[in-house]
Amino acid sequence: MCRIGAIKSLNYTHPSQALLLMQSQQKGHDNSGFAMIMHDLGGIFESYKHLPTLSMACTDEGLKLAEDILHAAGFQRVMQWVPETNPQPGLDIIAMPNYVFETFDYPKAYKRSADQKEKEELLLDIRLQLRAALEKDEQGFVYSFWPDVVTLKEIGDPRDIGTYFNLWEADDRFTAKVITAQCRQNTNYDIVRYAAHPFFLQGYTALANGENTFYLKNVEFQSKLHRGYIGFESDSQCFLYSLHYVHRELNWPLSYFKHVITPLPFQDIERHSDREQLLAIRQSLAHLEINGPNTIIGVLPDNSMFTCCDAKKLRPVVIGRSEDTVVISSEVCGINEILPDRNWETDIYPNEREVVAISNDLEVQRWKQ
Amino acid sequence: MEAIKVQSVTPNDMPWKIRYDASRCTLCGSCVSACSFGAISPKIERRRMVFSEGEFPEPKQRFSAVPVIRQVQSVTHYCRGCGICEKVCPNDAIGPDRNMDTRHPILTRCLGGESIKRGGRKNLESTARTLDKIRVGRISQMTDPSLDAQRHTFDLLAPFGRILPAQKLPISVDPQGKLQSDTKMPPVQWIYPVVIGDMSIGALSWRMWEAVAMAVAYLNEQCGMPVRMCSGEGGVPSRLLRSRYLKYMILQIASGHFGWNRIVKAMPDMVEDPAGVLIKIGQGAKPGDGGLLQAGKVADHIQAIRGVPKADLLSPPNHQGLYSIEESVQKMFLSFNAAFKFRVPVAIKVAASATSVSVFNNLVRDPYNIVGGFFLDGIDGGTGAAHEVSLDHTGHPIVSKLRDCYMAAVAQGRQGQIPLWAAGGLGKTGDLAADAFKMMALGANGVFTGKLILQMAGCVGNDMGRCNACNTGKCPVGITTQEPQLVHRLDVDRVAQNIVNYYLAMDTELKKLMAPIGNSSLPVGRSDALVATDRGVAEKLQIQYVC
Ligand code: SF4
Ligand code: SF4
Repeated sequence: MCRIGAIKSLNYTHPSQALLLMQSQQKGHDNSGFAMIMHDLGGIFESYKHLPTLSMACTDEGLKLAEDILHAAGFQRVMQWVPETNPQPGLDIIAMPNYVFETFDYPKAYKRSADQKEKEELLLDIRLQLRAALEKDEQGFVYSFWPDVVTLKEIGDPRDIGTYFNLWEADDRFTAKVITAQCRQNTNYDIVRYAAHPFFLQGYTALANGENTFYLKNVEFQSKLHRGYIGFESDSQCFLYSLHYVHRELNWPLSYFKHVITPLPFQDIERHSDREQLLAIRQSLAHLEINGPNTIIGVLPDNSMFTCCDAKKLRPVVIGRSEDTVVISSEVCGINEILPDRNWETDIYPNEREVVAISNDLEVQRWKQ
Repeated sequence: MEAIKVQSVTPNDMPWKIRYDASRCTLCGSCVSACSFGAISPKIERRRMVFSEGEFPEPKQRFSAVPVIRQVQSVTHYCRGCGICEKVCPNDAIGPDRNMDTRHPILTRCLGGESIKRGGRKNLESTARTLDKIRVGRISQMTDPSLDAQRHTFDLLAPFGRILPAQKLPISVDPQGKLQSDTKMPPVQWIYPVVIGDMSIGALSWRMWEAVAMAVAYLNEQCGMPVRMCSGEGGVPSRLLRSRYLKYMILQIASGHFGWNRIVKAMPDMVEDPAGVLIKIGQGAKPGDGGLLQAGKVADHIQAIRGVPKADLLSPPNHQGLYSIEESVQKMFLSFNAAFKFRVPVAIKVAASATSVSVFNNLVRDPYNIVGGFFLDGIDGGTGAAHEVSLDHTGHPIVSKLRDCYMAAVAQGRQGQIPLWAAGGLGKTGDLAADAFKMMALGANGVFTGKLILQMAGCVGNDMGRCNACNTGKCPVGITTQEPQLVHRLDVDRVAQNIVNYYLAMDTELKKLMAPIGNSSLPVGRSDALVATDRGVAEKLQIQYVC
């Protein structure tokens, strides 16, 4: 089983908080991996917010391959952070030789004349190119290449992964205002590093708890929608791609994402003020529907966060908040761990027909579908 | 002794032989009057009885003339095995037996020099059905729970109409952050995924047609199931055209254009739009062949509705155009879309064929977005009348063809843009829900059915040559005939009730199939939910093989 969690704070937060959040839910997951994505970075990355950071785990050869590609494309490295690892004997982790977090400046031509959109397309192309190049013989896994975002994924016991990367000890060098995390490898199928959520694409992060019974329909449809919709190592990747498609490609407001993945029953659409649009969505994006138990947490490129679940609330989450932090978690014990003094009465248990959106000033909105 | 005439036709040459027990027969005459094919008649038999009355054998004989029932010896008035005589006989004295040694196919051709025509369905069944080698094998357990067919709500609706890809939707974001429609979108109707197939008034008796229409109205208005019925080629009664029930009706136009005069004339008086228009290019039971209504069935009201004299009514195999069929079909699409002011979806029906995917690709890529449905009809479908050779030997099975079309759409990322509707032998075992469900999982948006509706009404025909006399106008149960005394055999209310009940049962059964795979909306394209017990089937349909 999966457990998911997310922290959004006004302050820079260390990943130890995410480990704590997930650790208390360990009975619910199978301790087979740990993955997290951090947005809105602090510490050593804070002054490079506008430049893309590459997050990758690889062999020495993989590293060379990747650097050659980036170099050939005209990227110049401006910063590199190699996490200090702590390879004690007996740790349950299948570590890769290198973990690379490098920040680059854009190629000259792009610095001069490219607009934001062009840069974003370039970053995706480069990541896809790197991923393809390193795929052979598993020379590396390229998780994200984007400004102000880092990704870490590894196979093993989350506690030991934390120890290996020294993540249990908080410091102010490696922090972020948004951290999403999940504690499981893909135990249904092959163990593949790419299969662990959260997943990332062009500023969007998504992680999910559940089972996507429309996986095949989603995959068959998404594979033709966008060059970035690849992999599909996990059925939850589909949520990321649907989110990206609805919000970025179609440029629809976030509230319509829920209408795409869990459309209202026809009889409710008939009574809805958006009847015509909702019908059109249900028709045109029928293959992006999900129809199984799921909870999704998403982060948008502007670092705002949201959560919603399946149409029958078969997988719930809970949202707890304090003055300066909002936490979303599969189980409330996770929130109790990191926000023990909050007012429990303000906890939100989202229902099956709403999206709970958290803005950057931590205003929490509940949008009814 | 008479000379042997081996060329004479005798019951032994016929597909059915009458079994008659004179000792049980009370000579009530019911069977003879009930047999609509004139296949049995009364006859006087001369009987000789030898007896002896005294103490010692002293044989005498007595001759008597005994009235009996016997089979008519004719290749035209032959027994169809319909069993009506057996049904009406109070004493179980008569009934048909299948004759394995029939020479009928040869004799008919030899004696008449004509091709054999009949109605019904394909009668050459060699292999088990593909759909019976497929099971719903992906059951939700543990991580994704099954649903409860009784408790959860299910959305059993399918689109009929052209669906635009999301990026082409005329939708924009208004200043309040809501989506607004900028222009009109192509019309789409969400209807029950089992459409009652196109059977014309003419092929069907007026009472049968009325019963189907009544059932459809009841399902819509009392059961909340938006079931649609297709008129078939042959028009619609004026009263219905002008009534509000028209909205449940998909109007069909085929190459004969029968009945369209009347429809066009009624347009100004229509109070509702029809549910859709279906342009019929071909039919699965007799692909490449046009419609055929034999003169015997062209009764007065049929002449009026279709605007024709009493004669064999043949629809040409093709829609005639100046340049090509494509051109004429294109024009038809445009004109029908325009006729109903782009409010009514227009779809196309073709016979499944080795070329179906190319046809489908052409339509799905058409830049005008006017084709609102691809109705694909397979070889196992029924027909009112056809040449037996077409019926038995031409056509293409539906299952793999439907799958091919869906996969062609998937390969282009265009799935769902032209809804796929499939037919042709679905529900043959009596279980339409299972067949429909499997077809949907293979990519159909919905299915349509005709023959099974006739069976709900009491059709006694089957795939093994029983009855199949729909072309003759002598339907023994009043379904496909225009003869008043036969038509009155049909109890309109009972037929309507049977259809309604079948639909209600099927609705429950569809939910019973959706619940275990954990889906509350139709599993269109969920081939992962299916497994096949046959390697060839699994490979062709791209589903999991299991044993
Ligand atoms: S089975 Fe039908 S066709 Fe044959 S004799 Fe009886 S009623 Fe007539
Ligand atoms: S009973 Fe009527 S409808 Fe059925 S096969 Fe015979 S003639 Fe055709």
